[in-house]
Amino acid sequence: MSAMAYHRPSSLAEAAKLAAGDPDARILAGGQSILPSMKLGLLAPSAFIDLAALGELRGIRADRKSVTVGAMTTHAAVAASPEVMAAIPSLAKLAAGIGDPQVRNRGTIGGSLANSDPAADYPAAVLALNATIRTNRRALPADGFFKGLFETALAPGEIITAVEFPVPNTASYVKFPQPASRFALVGVFVAQTSTGVRVAVTGAGPCAFRVKVLEDALARRYAPQACEGISLPSGDLNTDIHASAEYRAHLIPVLAQRALA
Amino acid sequence: MNAARAPLIGRSVERKEDHRFLTGVGQYTDDIVLPGQSYGFFLRSPHAHARIRSIDAGAARGAPGVLAIFTGEDLAGIGGLPCGWLIKSVDGTPMKEPKHPVLAEGKVRHVGEQVALVVAESAAQAKAAAALIEVDYEILPAVVETAAAAASGTAVHDLAADNVCYTWSIGDEGAVTAAFARAAHVTTLRLVNNRLIPNALEPRAANAAHSPGDDSYTLYVTSQNPHVERLLMTAFVLGIPEHKMRVVAPDVGGGFGSKIYLYAEETALVWASKRVGRPIKWTAERSESFLTDAHGRDHVSTAELALDAQGHFLALRVHTTANMGAYLSTFASCIPTILYATLLAGQYATPHIYCTVQAVFTNTTPVDAYRGAGRPEATYLLERIVERAARELRIDPVELRRRNFIRKFPHATPVGLTYDTGDYDATLSRVIDLADVAGYAARKQASAAKGLLRGLGYSCYIEACGLAPSNIAGALGARAGLFEAAEVRVHPTGKVTVFTGSHSHGQGHETTFAQVVADRLGLSLEDVDIQHGDTGKVLFGMGTYGSRSLAVGGSAIVKALDKIISKGKKIAAHLLEASDADVEFEHGEFRIAGTDRKKAFAEIALAAYVPHNYPLGTLEPGLNENAFYDPTNFTYPAGSYVCEVEVDPLTGKVRVDRFSASDDFGNVINPMIVEGQVQGGIAQGIGQALLEGCRYNEDGQLLTGSFTDYALPRADDMPALAIELAPGTPCTHNPLGAKGCGEAGAIGTPPAVINAVLDALAPLGVTDIDMPATPHRVWEAIRRHAR
Ligand SMILES: Cc1cc2nc3c(=O)[nH]c(=O)nc-3n(C[C@H](O)[C@H](O)[C@H](O)COP(=O)(O)OP(=O)(O)OC[C@H]3O[C@@H](n4cnc5c(N)ncnc54)[C@H](O)[C@@H]3O)c2cc1C
Repeated sequence: MSAMAYHRPSSLAEAAKLAAGDPDARILAGGQSILPSMKLGLLAPSAFIDLAALGELRGIRADRKSVTVGAMTTHAAVAASPEVMAAIPSLAKLAAGIGDPQVRNRGTIGGSLANSDPAADYPAAVLALNATIRTNRRALPADGFFKGLFETALAPGEIITAVEFPVPNTASYVKFPQPASRFALVGVFVAQTSTGVRVAVTGAGPCAFRVKVLEDALARRYAPQACEGISLPSGDLNTDIHASAEYRAHLIPVLAQRALA
Repeated sequence: MNAARAPLIGRSVERKEDHRFLTGVGQYTDDIVLPGQSYGFFLRSPHAHARIRSIDAGAARGAPGVLAIFTGEDLAGIGGLPCGWLIKSVDGTPMKEPKHPVLAEGKVRHVGEQVALVVAESAAQAKAAAALIEVDYEILPAVVETAAAAASGTAVHDLAADNVCYTWSIGDEGAVTAAFARAAHVTTLRLVNNRLIPNALEPRAANAAHSPGDDSYTLYVTSQNPHVERLLMTAFVLGIPEHKMRVVAPDVGGGFGSKIYLYAEETALVWASKRVGRPIKWTAERSESFLTDAHGRDHVSTAELALDAQGHFLALRVHTTANMGAYLSTFASCIPTILYATLLAGQYATPHIYCTVQAVFTNTTPVDAYRGAGRPEATYLLERIVERAARELRIDPVELRRRNFIRKFPHATPVGLTYDTGDYDATLSRVIDLADVAGYAARKQASAAKGLLRGLGYSCYIEACGLAPSNIAGALGARAGLFEAAEVRVHPTGKVTVFTGSHSHGQGHETTFAQVVADRLGLSLEDVDIQHGDTGKVLFGMGTYGSRSLAVGGSAIVKALDKIISKGKKIAAHLLEASDADVEFEHGEFRIAGTDRKKAFAEIALAAYVPHNYPLGTLEPGLNENAFYDPTNFTYPAGSYVCEVEVDPLTGKVRVDRFSASDDFGNVINPMIVEGQVQGGIAQGIGQALLEGCRYNEDGQLLTGSFTDYALPRADDMPALAIELAPGTPCTHNPLGAKGCGEAGAIGTPPAVINAVLDALAPLGVTDIDMPATPHRVWEAIRRHAR
């Protein structure tokens, strides 16, 4: 690792200014994705802009309609939050299933979404629950946020401040872990929301995506049996040493069914 | 101590070494910082096979903190890393032994091969400077696949145009052919024994220092056998006089075989430490461990088992191709031959066995012994084919095994070994109880009600441990003896320090050996310390591997203790004015038989060092004895394992639900430690069966080069274990009656797991699956049969 600058801004505006001033600088949240990439030599930012001092980005607020999670809230905090457990238990469960205790105590929801790892868990929840991603500039809808492999709708230097999840009627997440990393080999989040049934998948493609055939089938009948007999094309899905595209395509309806069981 | 206390042998006393490990005061190689410390970093090949056109280290030499940079050209004058075992091909020619250079010479032959050593003031500076070295590579096609290596058309070494290192065989081919001609049934099987990456918790590390005053060297290194390391490095590679080098293997955090070998890194550091004039330390990053620790297994085999109409085994014929990787690691050549094919009889009285082994070079990391070393490969093959035969013949797999068990001992197998003792029916019967096989049908039904497939698999293993009778090993090509050495030093106060040539890197020798010594001398555990891992302290040693430490190293200690007791009797006889023959030693007291005239052990020790009243004319003062012990035979631990799994047919996920083990290790000194060894072995066995699979792509790039892609077993992959140490059949030829326990779990487990998986999948028509049986593989096997 070569020498680099480290900034710890005390306001969001200062953080945004630092980010705008140096295109090679990187926001630092929990460091659980960015530091491993740097150690492997895949990334060498000129500077860190550490959001750790921005207390307003941390914390969870909930009312009857929605749960808002600050970008710097750790996975462990979401997993242990009574508000999340009461309003969207599947979201707390998802957070509890990310990585290991060390990762959960450092890693943040903002970092996870900005990173858009193809196998990360949160993107499935954000898409299925039709969440809104708030940044220092605007509010971005979940649909259209995940653009591709490690690619999102965030503009350069744009900072996620919070994620607002509308409370669903019911929702459930099932993760089938990759045996080594235990990221999602395939993860399926199923939700019945005020705007209809939404099914989002992570781990299977370049980024999280929704599955219309499953949504349609579940809109007709929100029950495990509705997933039976549905087969998905594998054409655009990932193949790697852990799973073929066909296997991933096969797992999606199987896991959706289990999410409802 | 006088009144008879309960013996320590057989008791699960807490491990003496755990206090320092658990309180963080262990001393590992990386903890050692020497005055004037500098740091080394190895620039490694990014290519599996390439010619080095040129190396330009100019910019790197000028980088901050750089003290020196060395490449293969600088070391061209010194020898290659030797292989300790000569295997001869069927045609009598010796195996091909291409030079294994300390730093690459002219070519690189696997990803991760060390190309240059950068020495700098800090590890970070050395690493940063290495990035400035420009190597011009001409990339060559890579040989990767084990089965295809011999026909690949590309040579890894000019010396072996067809990539064949040797073609070796054992057994009577004619007798096997004749037996197959008579067979009522022949079962065949092709299988792969998957390549594994060891991943000891502590990565390899070394710290080498040269002392100009007497032109001597000290090397701290993560080694399982420091004396062997020193012998090989001084005499075969660097030409340093053996007495001018001290090798210390301090606390070592796991080895599993991977720290037996003489590696390039420590050799380069020792050589460079004199040139640089500073001690040089290197600690592998985890990525380097993946790329350069010797890997394990990697066999492709075909096997045929001939049976008569009653299910008696008539003959076994095996052909195995074994991947050696790019170079011959220290013991690579003997693993798929001497430690593998000789085990193919297993627990069975198969009268004829013939096995050919073709060892091939590929552009992959060298392969050598890994926990079990050859014996897991043999056991996997045998227990898979036995189970398949049972299924084909519709004979209960337990019954088929029992029909073929060896029951008369000693038993000479057709593949060179003579088993001294064993009771295979006993361990099999016991494990059937432990596993509650009687309740299996109900559990299978309960699983089916949940949509899950339950399966049960057996494995009856044997291993040859206690490596090895030196004369047998020598006849088989070993270039060294395989005895063990010990020194018992009794101090004037009667406290005892024992120096052993065995090395402990997780096995608990400091406790187990102390139990043996304390019992023999009638001392308390606190009065005995075990020292190991330092050529400057220990007289000699062949080290720890092949479950040999207690059986061979412990026996050497017992021999030295016998000498101590015998000398003590002479001293006691003098002090008590009796004849030597009348003195008995028991419970720490020398006593004249039938009287109450006695001397405590500590009094005798003091008399030996303060010889005022002492038979100086006939006896030397002091109480210190050495012994070397060379076993007369291998030891033959054996046991039976039962694994029960649940398979989810929709996802292919296998869950190990229960695992039961009955092991016969002969006499057991510390059951808790032994059970821990079995647990660890079972975890590694489950890892091999379900999770761990080293994968290269066709260019020879390691695809499983980190824990992101290489799956080690985690706590929640482990079922509850029912492990029971059988009353056992003590080894007949060593003084402790001990057989060795370190590898059993890793040997016996994989076939039990895979047999269980195949049992679960049998109703779907699946008859074969390779390890690791990942969810993806299981699902594919199911799908192939559904179509
Ligand atoms: C061993 C291990 C196991 C893991 N297992 C899982 C798993 O099972 N499931 C899973 O989903 N994840 C897993 N992760 C990833 C983990 O969840 C990370 O915490 C997460 O992906 C990134 O969050 P972070 O806060 O650590 O971000 P960082 O690593 O600090 O940053 C990640 C990226 O996001 C950017 N960024 C961070 N915060 C913001 C922001 N507020 N606005 C804009 N950009 C921002 C950074 O610049 C960087 O590019 C694992 C990680 C490790 C090390």
